[in-house]
Amino acid sequence: MDPLALTLIELGAVVFCLGMLARLAGRIGMSPIPLYLVGGLFFGAGGLVKLEGMHEFAHLSSEIGVILLLLMLGLEYTAAELVTGLRRSWQAGVLDLVLNFLPGAGLAVMLGWGVVGAMVMGGVTYISSSGIAAKVITDLGRIGNRETPVILSILVFEDLAMAIYLPILTATLAGVSFLVGLQTVGISLAVVSLVLLVALRHGHHVSKAVHSENSEVFLLNLLGLALLVAGLAAAMQVSAAVGAFMLGIAISGATAHSATRILEPLRDLFAAIFFVVFGLNTDPRTIPPVLGWALLLAVVTAATKMITGIWAAKRAGIGVPGRFRAGAALIARGEFSIVIAGLAVASGVVPPQLAALATAYVLIMAIMGPLAARFVEPLVKMLRPAKPRVVGAA
Amino acid sequence: MNVDEVDLPGLGRRKDFMTASGRRIGVVEYREGQTELIVSTWDDPDTCQASIPLTADEAATLGNLLGGQRLAMQLSEAHREVPGIVTRQFSIGAESPFHDKAMGDACIRTRSGVSIVAIMREGEVLPSPGPDVVLHPGDLLVAVGTQEGLDTAAGILRNG
Repeated sequence: MDPLALTLIELGAVVFCLGMLARLAGRIGMSPIPLYLVGGLFFGAGGLVKLEGMHEFAHLSSEIGVILLLLMLGLEYTAAELVTGLRRSWQAGVLDLVLNFLPGAGLAVMLGWGVVGAMVMGGVTYISSSGIAAKVITDLGRIGNRETPVILSILVFEDLAMAIYLPILTATLAGVSFLVGLQTVGISLAVVSLVLLVALRHGHHVSKAVHSENSEVFLLNLLGLALLVAGLAAAMQVSAAVGAFMLGIAISGATAHSATRILEPLRDLFAAIFFVVFGLNTDPRTIPPVLGWALLLAVVTAATKMITGIWAAKRAGIGVPGRFRAGAALIARGEFSIVIAGLAVASGVVPPQLAALATAYVLIMAIMGPLAARFVEPLVKMLRPAKPRVVGAA
Repeated sequence: MNVDEVDLPGLGRRKDFMTASGRRIGVVEYREGQTELIVSTWDDPDTCQASIPLTADEAATLGNLLGGQRLAMQLSEAHREVPGIVTRQFSIGAESPFHDKAMGDACIRTRSGVSIVAIMREGEVLPSPGPDVVLHPGDLLVAVGTQEGLDTAAGILRNG
């Protein structure tokens, strides 16, 4: 068959199947990410059908998917929100980091994956899925709840932590010497601070440079700039994803809102392809041997996120049911865990079992997270019945 | 009244307060401009029993209803010494013949002896409105007069 025709047919079939999976996910009220991953596992390496024709396009698309995911993560919070979040909730943020990084890193060391593996798995278990958490909070009508700002500020902290973690990860994966690594980290810390400062003081200038009332012009400006910045960051050894993320932070105010709106469909498409490609590159036969470890890690890190949420909510003066709601909302891991694992797999310095473990782990957490958030409330109510309020003396 | 204002990073702001009956009530203002009315459940003030999305018009009308009630209560208090004088509120619906017309066109004072002492509009009070004030749908008129006069005024505002 003509290679172009083959590519189009494969790509069309894959994207169409993703649409069906997303519809199914919407029907049963879950995140589509685990379904995309499972879809990817079915095909590709070790799966039922090998998709050779779309390889090149899929590879580039998944790179763009990562860039868009990080760009939109940066757009989500303004620089001012990031700075106040850091100031107000750094204790909870640090507890979150310690409690949730260690289980993943510890398991990686136990399995003999070394420092690099520990860096990667720690990141995979640390970062909550802000996408799933936001959707759960909205769907369950909890935006007005008092624990919601606590959850959001922890997500904000994780957001900032990513900006520092990703350059460290890229340096570690590149296998640079300690000194060069330190230099890279130093540069990225300086860049993070500079971008925050610029965004706080002169954010409107950056926004003005990309903004346009014409949505076509705006989209092309924005996407072009994002790819440009990502490419330059990659050339400077600071990971394309971080560059896109920084650009997202620098864009602020009304421009950021319209940018989010305009990029959403693109992000959905390219991120979906990214998840499928990650699944494609993972051999499903490597999953059963690590499934036990994934389950153990899931149980431990669900508990550690729960503890983080409970502690942070308690400090904010929130009642017992609210503390459990806060903990459960943080359990879901998703897109960014896969982004981290994807960066590691692409570098080729981690064992293939790591991809399998990350896939299985995210599959479990992306399904378990929303369920935990939904059912924690009735469970807490059942275990400690509310005291009926005495109204008047009647 | 102690109103709590909390930032919701990535979403907007929440403003609420605790009522004497132990419920938390307030609004969530989204970055995109929508408003949601929130009311907590009776057994857990941290959670929300209802979050009701309101359009700008609806929010303004609700503000008028609540604010108007307070104004009317204060006025009734002031007029208690004068027997036969009552305070009542009239809302201007979209179907009223006087919406988007000057209040003077209705000749309420001449025809019913009732005084319009204030107009509540979008949560703000226009005290002692003159005859040139244009009535908008959603306005709440606070009127003072006799019982019969107020009935007549209600008829005028409804039917012209």
